[in-house]
Amino acid sequence: MIQKLPPAYGSVAYVNARLLDPASGLDAMGGVLTEGEFIIDAAADLFATGVPEDAAIIDCEGKCLAPGLVDMRIQISGRDFENVGASAVAGGVTTAVCLPSTTPIIDDRAVVEFVARAARKAGLVKVYPYGALTKGLEGAELAEMALLAESGAVAFTDGTKAVKNTRTMARALSYAATFGLMLVQHPEEPTLAEDGVMNEGETATRLGLVGIPKEAELIIIERDLRLAEMTGGRLHFAHVSTAESLDLIRAAKDRGLTVTCDTAPPYFALNEAAVGDYRTFAKLSPPLRSEADREAIIGGLKDGTIDAIASDHAPKSEDMKRLPFADAADGGLGMETLLAITLELVHNGHLTLLEAVGLLTQHPAELLGLPAGCLKAGAAADFIVFDPDSGWKVSADTLHSKAKNTPFDGRPVQGRVLKTVIDGRLVFAVDA
Amino acid sequence: MSGTPFDSSVFPLRHLLGIEGLSPLDISFLLDRADEYVELNRSVGGKLDTLAGRTVINLFFESSTRTRTSFELAGKRLGSDVINMSVSTSSIKKGETLIDTAMTLNAMHPDVLVVRHSSSGAVKLLSEKVNCAVINAGDGSHEHPTQALLDALTIRRRKGRLDGMQVAICGDILHSRVARSNIHLLNTMGARVRLIAPKTLLPAEAERLGVEVFHDMKAGLKDCDIVMMLRLQTERMTSNFFPSMREYYHFFGLDYAKLEAAKPDALIMHPGPMNRGVEIASDVADDIGRSAIREQVEMGVAVRMACLEVLTLNLEREDVA
Repeated sequence: MIQKLPPAYGSVAYVNARLLDPASGLDAMGGVLTEGEFIIDAAADLFATGVPEDAAIIDCEGKCLAPGLVDMRIQISGRDFENVGASAVAGGVTTAVCLPSTTPIIDDRAVVEFVARAARKAGLVKVYPYGALTKGLEGAELAEMALLAESGAVAFTDGTKAVKNTRTMARALSYAATFGLMLVQHPEEPTLAEDGVMNEGETATRLGLVGIPKEAELIIIERDLRLAEMTGGRLHFAHVSTAESLDLIRAAKDRGLTVTCDTAPPYFALNEAAVGDYRTFAKLSPPLRSEADREAIIGGLKDGTIDAIASDHAPKSEDMKRLPFADAADGGLGMETLLAITLELVHNGHLTLLEAVGLLTQHPAELLGLPAGCLKAGAAADFIVFDPDSGWKVSADTLHSKAKNTPFDGRPVQGRVLKTVIDGRLVFAVDA
Repeated sequence: MSGTPFDSSVFPLRHLLGIEGLSPLDISFLLDRADEYVELNRSVGGKLDTLAGRTVINLFFESSTRTRTSFELAGKRLGSDVINMSVSTSSIKKGETLIDTAMTLNAMHPDVLVVRHSSSGAVKLLSEKVNCAVINAGDGSHEHPTQALLDALTIRRRKGRLDGMQVAICGDILHSRVARSNIHLLNTMGARVRLIAPKTLLPAEAERLGVEVFHDMKAGLKDCDIVMMLRLQTERMTSNFFPSMREYYHFFGLDYAKLEAAKPDALIMHPGPMNRGVEIASDVADDIGRSAIREQVEMGVAVRMACLEVLTLNLEREDVA
């Protein structure tokens, strides 16, 4: 199903599409004209006087055409860029930002360049790297953030680990602010979460598993909000998962702090009950929380407290998941289900289609300053055609990823990516 | 031979503990006095007997070569006896020893104690326990008044004035007593001061000292008359003020590319000792046309002569505070 084509050339007219461009607020029937790798124009009445003679025509048959998804957090296992690209384009992701926990770790300029080159060679999704916040992700010494940024790192994080030392975090925020760089924190106090494997509460108690209290998340958010205020540093919280996290961030935003956050589909589509009978595919970090937390996350998406949705895509091999719950790796696949799970919020009436697409495109692109996430003239021709209503059932076996660890296995969903176009090339299409 | 007589009612202080609180008149007086000694120091066998029979003790609780030598020469050129005492602070309880040492030395009736200590405020504490004059030769991250005076003398001789000069102080402001003394002096004398440093190397609310704060060298150096580089004081740093020397030099080290933003005749200064290739490029430091770094050392002796002379003569006055 994946088609690798030579570089795009010539004009292509995508006609008869419902254009969704959150950046301009456009939601109307129209078309997109591309020339080579770029968008020439995207507008409601674009082809009112006919399609240019030399343009190839692709009929979108009334389906939605939106900017390609911008996934602001994925993990690449080792250096498997090929595999990541296949998952990405099948999920409609045209731009992805990977955590620095690649092999080798992205804490050196040479590695930033290696990641960019490896991703280009794989030739599918556009991959931007986060730089390590501390050397070796060890939480001790600051990484060369300013030099890494010059080489192309878009923001800085220790990935799935919080920076534990308060003074180190304060210095990091202060230093990053010198250069206007953003830090991304995984909000989980490591000593309180130590040995924990799922959300603390009744389910953990019944299953006899060690819990991770929600306070582990709240403590780091409260601490880091103080530090951001003290230092003037630009701070973003990754995958917030509790109701009170949103209260804290909402209050901080209200008093004028430039703090942002995102969440991932599991936190608004699943709760701790998904762990059920020790399902390791539902072992995530942060852990799936209570039903009240899940509802609050939806509230945060509705009222704008949450700025973006990321997939948290984390491929884990069977060897790492087929283990007793406490020993299994955490993390789940996310890119191929990102759109469909997010569209549940539209089908359930929580968000408009344009709002949902904005959380997956324009917002993350703007947060990280990426040239992506909109359909304007002159932009790269990165977009998707999707049917928001087409039903399918998530099945681990049919995913494009080599790893199969989706927490949504067996879930019936609505919304399917039909075509993915990157730099004017059709890199993914399903047969109608 | 004595130096030119002066009206000692101008500088009514027993000690020189810092620049903060000195008036423009006090500062100009010391600079004028020092200026006279510059020529004397350049002449062969130039030595005075102004302080003959007086005793100066250099009491250094923190290692120093250049400042101690400078004070020693200054004292000897004025004819005084100079004794050097280096006290290691590592093996003893500091507070107790500081006062004990002060009392012991006081009993020997010196005229001037020149004191350096790694703790801010330690020199003032010591000054409260002795009858002689005390000169602060650097206390922690607080003040280093003779350095600021010698910097001012260097600027005044090169540029003809201090008033209206645009001065950029760059680098490790947080740990720098040189920066603090210079900020006070330059502000008092009507110069405009900018600080350029990463946020981690700036003290809190630095702008409250009456300076403009920049985090980018080119922006901060724009149209400056004077570029003062500071030494990265790695010995005072715990960790994580910046990731690496390489990154620091790339963004905050003074090289010709960054210097282009300053005025074409901008003067380059550094209190020494320099970390070449860390805060300053070697070719910039050695640029004969623009670097005043060696001249600063020369001015140091003259400034310290002026300070020793004035404070010693003030010992006889009833009106000094």
